[in-house]
Amino acid sequence: MEIIRKAWAGTGESSDAYVLVSPANTLEIEISSVVYNQYAKAIDKAVRETLADLGVEKGTITINDKGALDCVIQARVETAIKRASEAGV
Amino acid sequence: MEFQMNKVVDSIQQAIKASGLKDGMTISFHHHMRNGDYVMNMVLDAIAQAGIKDITVNASSFFDVHAPILDHIRNGVVTGLECNYMSSLIGKAVSEGILEKPVVFRSHGGRPSDMEKGTSHIDVAFVAAPTCDWSSNCTGRIGKSACGPMGYAVSDAMYADKVVAITDNLVEKLDDISIDGKYIDFIVNVDQIGDPKGIVSGTTQITRDPVGLRMAENAAKVIKASGLLKDGFSFQTGAGGATLAASKFVREMMIKEGIQGSFCLGGITSYMVQMLHEGLFKELLDVQCFDLDAVRSLSEDSNHKEITASEYAGVCCDSAVNHLDAALLGATQVDLDFNVNVHTDSNGYIIGGSGGHSDVAAGSKLCIIIAPLTRARLPLVVDRVVTISTPGNTIDVLVTQRGIAVNTKYGKNKELKQRLIDAHLPIMEIEDLKRIAEQYSGVPSPLETSDRVVGNVIYRDGTQIDTIKMVLGN
Repeated sequence: MEIIRKAWAGTGESSDAYVLVSPANTLEIEISSVVYNQYAKAIDKAVRETLADLGVEKGTITINDKGALDCVIQARVETAIKRASEAGV
Repeated sequence: MEFQMNKVVDSIQQAIKASGLKDGMTISFHHHMRNGDYVMNMVLDAIAQAGIKDITVNASSFFDVHAPILDHIRNGVVTGLECNYMSSLIGKAVSEGILEKPVVFRSHGGRPSDMEKGTSHIDVAFVAAPTCDWSSNCTGRIGKSACGPMGYAVSDAMYADKVVAITDNLVEKLDDISIDGKYIDFIVNVDQIGDPKGIVSGTTQITRDPVGLRMAENAAKVIKASGLLKDGFSFQTGAGGATLAASKFVREMMIKEGIQGSFCLGGITSYMVQMLHEGLFKELLDVQCFDLDAVRSLSEDSNHKEITASEYAGVCCDSAVNHLDAALLGATQVDLDFNVNVHTDSNGYIIGGSGGHSDVAAGSKLCIIIAPLTRARLPLVVDRVVTISTPGNTIDVLVTQRGIAVNTKYGKNKELKQRLIDAHLPIMEIEDLKRIAEQYSGVPSPLETSDRVVGNVIYRDGTQIDTIKMVLGN
C-alpha cells in the first residue's frame, strides 16, 4: 500500500494511540509513548510488522501512544494507512 | 481577655522576625487547606524577603499549589523538604534532582510520633487557622476558609519551639477548639488563608467504569466473606471512584443485614457523612476533610469527631488505626512479596507518598489493596516495586478486576483465604495476576535509575524502609 495523503487514526485517550501518517520518500517512524521506558521495543515491533503486512515502504509514521496494547497499535496503524492510501476516502 | 491580644502581630514578616527564625532552621506547615492553601507560599515569600536562607520545610503534604517553593529552592532559601505526601508537580522537580539533600518522607502517623520522640524537631511552625479567638485558640470548623479538622497541625503546635497561627477570621471566643491557645506564640490576621474549594480531593462520584465497579464489588465481597462485617464494624477508605463504589456495596450489605458499625476513620468524604446520617456508623473519626460536605458535618454533628494525627495513626499511642477492622487502600505497584508503592510511578517519578497508607495497613485487621490489573498497559504486579511505601507483611489482600490474591507469604491469612474460596470469590496467586497482565501487555523492561538518592522513605517506627533515586537523563 502507498501513502498518498495525510491521514490519522486513534485518540489521545489512556490505553489508546494516535497515529498520524503522511507521504514521504523514505520510511520514518517516530514514537512517543507514556510507557516508552517499558515498551519501546514492543511498540516499534508492532508498528513495523503492521507496515510490512500492508506492504508500506515509504512515509512518515508518527505514533503518540498512551499505553495501548499491541493489538490496538496494530489496528490504529492499519486504519491510518488505509485512510491514507488509494482505497481510503 | 484583652491582654492575650498582644500575640497579634501586624504581618507575617513581623511574626517571622519575632519567632527568631534564622538560616538553617526547620519550619512546618499542615495541609488541611490541601490544594487551596495560600499560607505556605505567603510565608516562604516573606522568609525570602527577609534574606533568610537554608530553610528546611517540613509540611504534612505538598500540593501543586505550592509549586512556587521550587523557585525558593533554586534561590537557596529552601534547601530541605520533609513530608508525608508530595503531588506530582513538585515530585517531578525533586525526582529530577532539584535538591541536594534527599527529601524525608514519613507517614501521617510517623510524623507526629517522630516529633514526640524528638527525632524530628521544628523551630517555627506556621499554622493555617481558619478561625482564632482572643485567647489564641484555633479551629478549622468555622470561618470563611473552614477546612474541618486541624489534626495534622496539633503535633507541630505542641512540639515546635515557636508557633505562628495565620488566620483570616479573628473572633472573641471559641467553644470547640482544634488547637489550644497556650501553644500559640503569635497570630497574624491576613485577608485570606486559602480557597476552600481547593480542599476537594479525589472524586465525589461513584465510578461507572465497569473495571472499577468489578474491583469494588470484589473488595466488598472480601469484607463480607472475612467475617468482619458485623455489629461494631469499623472501616476506612479513600476518595477514589472505585473505593467509593466499594463503600456503596458495603453500605448496601450493612442496610440489608441490619448491621450497625462503630466508626469510619480517615480523610472523611460526603459518602461517609451520608452513612453516619443513615445510622450505619455511630461516629466518624476525622483527621482531615476531603470535601466541603464533610467540613459542614463536622461543625453540625456531634458524632462527627475531630482527631489529631497522633490519635489517628500515631505509633507510640493506642491510635485509631489499631482499632480498624477493614481498610481499602490504593497502589501504583504491588510486588510479589505484597510490598506496595504509592510514592513513585513506573518511571521512577515521585507522584505521592504514604500519607496514612502504611499506618492504616499496619493497624487494620484486614488491609485490602484495590487496583486495576493494568493501567495504560503497565502491569500492577511487578517483581519488585520501584519504591517500598508499605511493607508486604502488613497487606492482607490484593483485589483486581480479574482476580483476588490473599497474602499468605508471612504465615498468616490461611483461614481468610479458605473463607474467600468458600465464598466462591476468584482467588488466585499474586504470581497469576502478574502473568495474566503480562499476557496482554508483554513483560515491561526494568526501570533504570541514577544512583543519586533524592528521597528517603522513613517507616512509621522511624526506620528507613527505602530510598528514592533520581530519574535518569538529568
